[in-house]
Amino acid sequence: MARVVLDHVSKHFGTVKAVDDVSLTIEDGEFFALLGPSGCGKTTTLRLVAGLELPTAGTIHIGARDVTALAPRERDVAMVFQDYALYPHMLIFDNIGYPLKVRGVEKNELCARVTNAARSLEIDHLLDRRPGQLSGGQQQRAAVARAVVHHAQVFLFDEPLSNLDAKLRVEARGFLKHLQHEIGITTIYVTHDQAEAMALADRLAIMDRGKVVQVGTPQQVYRHPRTTFVASFLGNPPMNLLPCRFERTRNRIRVNEVTLSLEYVPQADTLRARVREDEELILGIRPEHITLHTTETVYAIPGEMYVTQPLGAESLVIVRVGDTPVSVRLFTDEPPQLVGRVWLQPDPKRIFFYNRNGELIE
Amino acid sequence: MRRLRKFAGSVLFYLFVIFVTAFYALPLLWLVFTPFNPRATLAVEIPAQPTLDNFREVFGNTFAMRAIGQNNLILATGTMVGVTLIATLTAYALSRARVPGRDYLSYILILFSSVVTGTAAMVPIFLIISAMRLIDTHLGVILVFIGGYVPSAIFIMRDFVDGIPRSYEESALVSGATPWRVFLDVALPLVRPGMMVIAIWAFVHAWGAFLVPFVLLRSPENMPASTAIYSFYTEAGTPNITLVSAYSLLYALPVLVLYLLVNWRYGFRFFGGIKR
Repeated sequence: MARVVLDHVSKHFGTVKAVDDVSLTIEDGEFFALLGPSGCGKTTTLRLVAGLELPTAGTIHIGARDVTALAPRERDVAMVFQDYALYPHMLIFDNIGYPLKVRGVEKNELCARVTNAARSLEIDHLLDRRPGQLSGGQQQRAAVARAVVHHAQVFLFDEPLSNLDAKLRVEARGFLKHLQHEIGITTIYVTHDQAEAMALADRLAIMDRGKVVQVGTPQQVYRHPRTTFVASFLGNPPMNLLPCRFERTRNRIRVNEVTLSLEYVPQADTLRARVREDEELILGIRPEHITLHTTETVYAIPGEMYVTQPLGAESLVIVRVGDTPVSVRLFTDEPPQLVGRVWLQPDPKRIFFYNRNGELIE
Repeated sequence: MRRLRKFAGSVLFYLFVIFVTAFYALPLLWLVFTPFNPRATLAVEIPAQPTLDNFREVFGNTFAMRAIGQNNLILATGTMVGVTLIATLTAYALSRARVPGRDYLSYILILFSSVVTGTAAMVPIFLIISAMRLIDTHLGVILVFIGGYVPSAIFIMRDFVDGIPRSYEESALVSGATPWRVFLDVALPLVRPGMMVIAIWAFVHAWGAFLVPFVLLRSPENMPASTAIYSFYTEAGTPNITLVSAYSLLYALPVLVLYLLVNWRYGFRFFGGIKR
């Protein structure tokens, strides 16, 4: 059990800044997700904590120890790899027991602990098989068993579910979260799947091009994305981002050919203070915070209905506002008729404005 | 018309195949049948009255038998062990360490290797081995073999090592193993098929080599079969074909058996990757 602190950590490969001045504190016992698109530096960050890479700059602490220059075996961490990395020439028993064997754990105890770990992951009937004889889901459990068998201070997961099919993935998500909750061990979990990060993590960090863009609980980050990158990365479908123009003297915001009165927007005062006349902005609104009207409505943006998609419990409607497609989530299993013109009324409390650099104006 | 042309095409094709097959198969057939023939010639013929007399006489030649049973075995085994060890360690290092220009290094070594055991290098090699006072020793021959075979062995071996995902070793590192332990526990078992290929390949080459032992070994009791085979020539320099063929068959058998054994146990292949 330990907290993990990364202090101004950078990792450069030649001229590429894979990790660029990242500072993070992962609390003791926390399930922490690193989320971002491929190539954003999340896996490199994890490997820095594991000791498989050494940072170009900055320090890393696990608990009270400065581990920045330590070899992986001295860090007391356990890691599950994307391809599971189960040694094909060893039985599952020997695979799970390997961390204990190299640490010189006495044979009877090794046997007991391997059996225990396997039982808690429900793979104790597979111990005398080889990895090649196991299904993907079983291999994944064996890899997790190998991580939990020696009581490390930190768990590191590198996209452990990405090789599973969709149904197994949701199942494995549940069991991973339950397991982490039960053991209460500090966990860093790398994923590019926003739904997975939201479902699993106590807190998450969103990374983009080597930098941490936003850190918070899934709810905080989802409700209050600080940049358009975060807004467009989280949520399925992601937040609608509409280019608009701030017409200060006329007290309104112009979205394409229509205008929205500033009276309607709670941030009106902030906008007046921060934004210049005629400055281009981006209006952000989540699909579930739009009301769809089929008749002309005040404070609503008109658009053309493009397509409707029934998604089981809910329905998704895509409306074209000018050239921009806007998705609207309706909490009904009966998608509306495809009619021509509709009016979109955003929930004013849920509107965000971003400047042209994609930063939230608040 | 079209069918006729197609027919003629396939006839030509099969004639070609038969020709090529015969070209390679005839010497082998000769080697299989001739040793059992009491009056052998250079023609392939199934012996009318098969006999083992030829072998009896060959076994009586202690000089020739020691060449196969002792000298060949020492040379080939020594070379095999040396080449396999050095090539495995080097290939692993070249595959895993970030060495600038490592790919060029492999190619340059390969180019040099064909020089080392080639005819052109015999004089310098003789001088070097002579300066090392290793003339007429098995060690001298083995060292030259190792120097000649290691580069190609590294080249073949690297493919096997490159085929192993690094995550196996990384996982072991995080599990608490030292790098040396990772190599022994994880990397080595996974490249074992590659090591078998290298071992057999080096063994076979050293077993069959003629020029290097011919140049470096002086005394008859040190000579391998490839040079000892001259003891079945008459003093006039003409070969006694029946005895030469019997001896050649004995000379070829160990290699065949070894190859079949490894192929049955591991599967002989020249590329990397692991079956999970």
